[in-house]
Amino acid sequence: MKMIKKLQLPLDEKTIGSLKAGDEVLLTGSVYTARDAAHQRMVKKLPLNIKGAVIYHTGPTPAKPGEVIGSCGPTTSARMDAFTPLLLKKGLQAIIGKGQIGEAVRRAIKEYKAVYFISPGGCGALLAEKVKKNTLVAYKDLGCEAIYKLEIEDFPVIVGLDSKGRSVSS
Amino acid sequence: MKKIPIEIIADKIKSAYLESCVMADKELLALLQKALRQETNNRARNVLKLILENCRIAKVKTRPMCQDTGMAVVFVELGHNVLISGGTLEQAIHRGISTACREGYLRASIVDPLNRKNTGDNTPAVIYTKLVAGKTLKMIVIPKGFGSENMGQVKMLKPGEGTAGITEFVVAAVKKAGANPCPPVFLGIGIGGTLDKAALLAKEALFGIDLPVKKEKSIAALEQRLLRAVNKLNIGPAGLGGKNTALKVKVKTYPTHIAGLAVAINIGCWCHRAKTIEI
Repeated sequence: MKMIKKLQLPLDEKTIGSLKAGDEVLLTGSVYTARDAAHQRMVKKLPLNIKGAVIYHTGPTPAKPGEVIGSCGPTTSARMDAFTPLLLKKGLQAIIGKGQIGEAVRRAIKEYKAVYFISPGGCGALLAEKVKKNTLVAYKDLGCEAIYKLEIEDFPVIVGLDSKGRSVSS
Repeated sequence: MKKIPIEIIADKIKSAYLESCVMADKELLALLQKALRQETNNRARNVLKLILENCRIAKVKTRPMCQDTGMAVVFVELGHNVLISGGTLEQAIHRGISTACREGYLRASIVDPLNRKNTGDNTPAVIYTKLVAGKTLKMIVIPKGFGSENMGQVKMLKPGEGTAGITEFVVAAVKKAGANPCPPVFLGIGIGGTLDKAALLAKEALFGIDLPVKKEKSIAALEQRLLRAVNKLNIGPAGLGGKNTALKVKVKTYPTHIAGLAVAINIGCWCHRAKTIEI
């Protein structure tokens, strides 16, 4: 049984370089939520400092009173394929999502030394337990598709694509 | 005549929608546990354990199992001796879904298809109504997630392609879907009718709507053949490999034209949700 690595976000260059596709990792630190509608706006004008940032492809359910967040599992990352290479070019260091991503994103991940983490699909109730803080950052009008900054703790992911371009599924 | 006020229907729809988003039913839990017992791939086993833990937390915290609380699909069987009072059946269903979304902290995921403006309360639902004998109103309420819905396909095969062609089409669709529909998946296969009928048959198959009481042997054999074929793809839970790509395959057929063989696949994520109401 391999040891599960615990990592603090943002990741440094050395850590990114050491991650291998298939590694099981627990992430702690800040991530920004963004999915379809937020990406369409974000590529026109960035509402946050993308350098060294981590984007989590999710659209949570609303938080119940007294809770930090609702159910918040990953959505299909491939739908953001058209926008992701540009964000990587501008300094995005990692994405968290689910499913396969396209060839252009794979190349961009390798070129800009980034990483794609896969989070277990459909496990939003469990992942909500790993979110300690939730702050609105931009696009309030988009509701569940707005950008939120989440403070996550020991958030379980697997390295889907590493900075050398290796994929967990190949 | 049995009179049913729309308030009662709306209330039942609301409860059913909320419950199905939060509570994994016994059959789903049994299938997931069986998959875990059979699975030998370590990564796949870890994902299945997380999924089962997710179901437990959702129930304890009354939190949706998945943040995609779906587009509401409602299959209605309306007894011809039922009189709905105070409004229409459609109004009743939409009131129920809207209340579930607002009071139950579900995600409002429904938008205009072109301008993408959100309706704000997860309405409208997709409703199919069938008139039947009797004085019962039966409704099957389904929160259908779109990670899996997006991976569905319809194809007009040539009659000569037969079950081999159907198998090839289904396996290719599941392979293409990969990890996107949150495997281990459920598959509904619709065969026959017209282009649109095949798609509806696939959804009915997926959710066990109005299936024949006694299944034909050839249909059962085809379901087994398809299940074995897709489980050889090594997609596995969360797409990380393993023998559990699909948990269940259901086929529904309808007669078709001599020139055609319509086939549709509707994929459901592992988070298979549906609740039946009878009034």
